[in-house]
Amino acid sequence: MSGPLRLQGISASAGYAEGPLFDLDQTVLSYVGKGTADEEKAALETAIAIAAGRLTVLIEMAVGDAADILEFQIAMLGDDALSSPAFTAIYAGQPADQAWRQALDAEIAGYDASDQDYFRARAADIRDIRDQVLRALSEDGDVQAPAGAIFYGEDIAPTRFFETDWSCGGGIALKAGSTASHVAMLARSRGVPMVVGLGASLAHLAGTALLDAEHGGIVLSPSKAEIDAFRHSSSSFSARRDRAGTFLARPAVTKAGTAVRVQVNIADPSDVDGIDIATCDGVGLMRTEFLFGKTLPDEETQYRAYRKVLEWAGDKPVTIRTVDAGGDKPVPGFTVAEGNPFLGLRGIRLSLARPEVFRVQIRALLRAAVHGSLKVMFPMIAIVEEYRQAAGMFAEEQAVLATRGIVHKMPPLGIMVEVPSVAIAPEALAEAAFFSIGSNDLTQYVMAAARDNAAVAHLNSVRHPAVLRLIAAVTAFGQRENIPVSLCGDAGGDPASIPSLLEAGLRDLSVAPAQLAMAKAAIADVSV
Amino acid sequence: MSASAEATVVITHDVGLHARPSVKFTKLAKTFAAEVEIALAANGPWFDAKSIVKVMATKAPKGTVLHIRASGDGADDAVDALVELVRRDFDEGADHVRTA
Repeated sequence: MSGPLRLQGISASAGYAEGPLFDLDQTVLSYVGKGTADEEKAALETAIAIAAGRLTVLIEMAVGDAADILEFQIAMLGDDALSSPAFTAIYAGQPADQAWRQALDAEIAGYDASDQDYFRARAADIRDIRDQVLRALSEDGDVQAPAGAIFYGEDIAPTRFFETDWSCGGGIALKAGSTASHVAMLARSRGVPMVVGLGASLAHLAGTALLDAEHGGIVLSPSKAEIDAFRHSSSSFSARRDRAGTFLARPAVTKAGTAVRVQVNIADPSDVDGIDIATCDGVGLMRTEFLFGKTLPDEETQYRAYRKVLEWAGDKPVTIRTVDAGGDKPVPGFTVAEGNPFLGLRGIRLSLARPEVFRVQIRALLRAAVHGSLKVMFPMIAIVEEYRQAAGMFAEEQAVLATRGIVHKMPPLGIMVEVPSVAIAPEALAEAAFFSIGSNDLTQYVMAAARDNAAVAHLNSVRHPAVLRLIAAVTAFGQRENIPVSLCGDAGGDPASIPSLLEAGLRDLSVAPAQLAMAKAAIADVSV
Repeated sequence: MSASAEATVVITHDVGLHARPSVKFTKLAKTFAAEVEIALAANGPWFDAKSIVKVMATKAPKGTVLHIRASGDGADDAVDALVELVRRDFDEGADHVRTA
């Protein structure tokens, strides 16, 4: 029998849910063909009308965003341009379900191919429309999810969200998904816990799961101790959230009046659409791995992504981390399969090993830098030679852009402090423009406890004196040498860890957007 | 009597001609008898401005110069009204932008 399994993703809507897993991807549809093309056409027309009718009922109960999404879906369903390819296919001999699926899949592919996050996220809406009609076409009803279920699957349809009674709890855990989807926005506004990007596919979907959408994780087949700890975190979260709302709009200050900078961590440029720049001090960490999701992104795609965030931030700083693939974040065609990936070719090591890929990112960053206050940092630096080599490549690409007369700017180049060698002997990296402590990796390397392994989760604590001592030493070194030091790991947004981090001397934290209010509230409670 | 009209307008909405603005745009277009079309370039291709499927499929981002043309009854009024709607940012305040 297998033990608990912990999966890590990205929080799309903070909160906690404990409940039975419900598989969203189970196939439930079986359409019985009708015989003649006219009958197939009539069946499809009826199904479209039924689907539109159901949406019209839902819209009566919906307000704000929810009503807008439904209105959009009804308008799409009512448009002949959507169904006419399907009718054509029916008269070419196809059954209604296949004809509809093909017509809609072509439409979906168009949205999936968009280079803009907003339009790409609309693919989920069109999939929803497709499935509602398919559901109406098939005679079998849908399998109902139990009350308080945690929906697990590739992606979730907005109508599924509307139809679910969230008053009895429950949450959403997606293998793919996007923090920019309609459902993610709805989940945030309704306070439904949601995690996206869990990646792994589970073989056995049964039993209770613990969804920690504050930190972006889920535990399957939890032990008694895990359930107890989870419930404790959950009730403390509710209490904090109620209190924290009032802190969001104000600058973070401790009880003693010490100002603390609080920036946000983002993964996708569209993440900033849901954040009011006035509530934070900039972007302390913009991950770029997401850009490398399916294919290696070209320079223009990267440039636009970086520029969007820089323009959103205005004169506040945006720290972009060069691609940190490898470890638990494989990228097809880029990363290599290794026996021990966390200690292998990841982060800056991989970028230096694949200069042709790295140089594309460097050029995009140099060009984007003119659009705001950009800082760039390298992940997984272990020795100064890596920093020098990466900085050298920046200088080379800058020279190339200059000769071509392309507008660009050299940003300050800093490093992530996450490999223990640097945390122990930071003086070796004194030439870096700034330090950003990556507490997740630093903790797992110092404690030799993987952060995605539930069996050693009790060892993976940023508050162990060994980890805190390193953080304090790096911070003190930065103060002496005038090197700005910040922290961008999950600990920065964890109210339980914030007092220790401030006591260690840190005055600059970067947290997940969903944790912004609670982090500020926790800072206000500290007396340093 | 038949007429025709054509105009251009820049989309200033933060995420472009997206779901909610598209609904408003097509609804307004449908109130006119004239045939109304949009394009992202002066030489087309042109798309039916009364079809939300076609309008959304243009995936026009912020900054796009939208070409609007109409022919038939009330063509001038149709183009004027649609240009005005885009110019008014689809009657959405900035606070709505991020939730759509």
